[in-house]
Amino acid sequence: MVMSKEEALYRYVLRLGDNALVLAQRLIELVAHGPELEEEMANANFALDYLGQARMFYSYAGELEGKGRSEDEFAFMRGEREFANFLLIEQPNGHFGDTIARSVLFENFYLSQLEALTQCSDSRLAEIAARSVKEIRYHQRHDSQWLVRLGDGTAESHELAQQSVNNLWRYTGELFAGDEIDDILRDKYNGPDLDRIKSDWQLQTAKTLKEATIAVPEDQWMDNGGRDGRHTEHFGPLIAEMQYMQRSYPGLTW
Amino acid sequence: MTNQDWPLYEVFIRSKAGLSHRHAGSVHAPDDEMALDHARDVYTRRNEGVSIWVVRSSAIVASDPEETAAFFEPAKDKIYRHPTFYEIPDGVENI
Repeated sequence: MVMSKEEALYRYVLRLGDNALVLAQRLIELVAHGPELEEEMANANFALDYLGQARMFYSYAGELEGKGRSEDEFAFMRGEREFANFLLIEQPNGHFGDTIARSVLFENFYLSQLEALTQCSDSRLAEIAARSVKEIRYHQRHDSQWLVRLGDGTAESHELAQQSVNNLWRYTGELFAGDEIDDILRDKYNGPDLDRIKSDWQLQTAKTLKEATIAVPEDQWMDNGGRDGRHTEHFGPLIAEMQYMQRSYPGLTW
Repeated sequence: MTNQDWPLYEVFIRSKAGLSHRHAGSVHAPDDEMALDHARDVYTRRNEGVSIWVVRSSAIVASDPEETAAFFEPAKDKIYRHPTFYEIPDGVENI
């Protein structure tokens, strides 16, 4: 069955919401655990930026779906297999270098994706992208600077940062895998061209890694499945914690 | 919480175009560029600024509290340095 244009847009927006929400949740886990007061503030700001973006995407997805689902229902009342975020994003925070490497690898992609979406023909999605792109441009700047400092820091920090990038590399192939939904967005809504985003990502990532004196990992087998709801073992505990309150006390508000 | 290895930076924020930068506080940071990021994240979260300066606290030359008397007291009785003896012409609102 061929997917309708409207269905593809709804699911695309929902995926954007899932990426933003899951990364927000990961960063929220770090609140009050920052290595420095200043970095604590940056992390909490970033988490809230992502949470705000998730809310905009989910609200719009609810309108597109037209079944009256609210942003909270998307966030708190769906099961693990219904989330379509990238596997990269759900990986655990690990140490500070792991968190930073995960953000850099994702934001190099997400920034290009949002920049492309500001030009898409769906005006509401273009508006959300235009608002989000400013936030992510700063995140990418800040996180990349950290990766450079860790990679080009002490022998120990260099070793750890290289290991972080190596460990996460196999989750980066999924960013550009693309499927029917991406194709429809590109063809019917003037959406992102994943081939172009991939080459931009490779250039930007190589540049940052070079500055950080981190070697670009060799081509390897790439993990896949997040966008179809097949997640890594780290995802279940993440949403269990995130959804606990609504699951235990459905409809709870404060 | 404070890392002893990180130097202290003083942060100056310009709240809007046309006003001068004002001292907002200080941050610790590993280097100059990061100090700018940290200042942005700590002091402009609520739309406080359009421009930031950061400078190493150690680069600031400050007056010595011991010399307060010699430095500042001579200016206290020089009332003729204030333009309070001039009559302001009608029609001049701000001077």
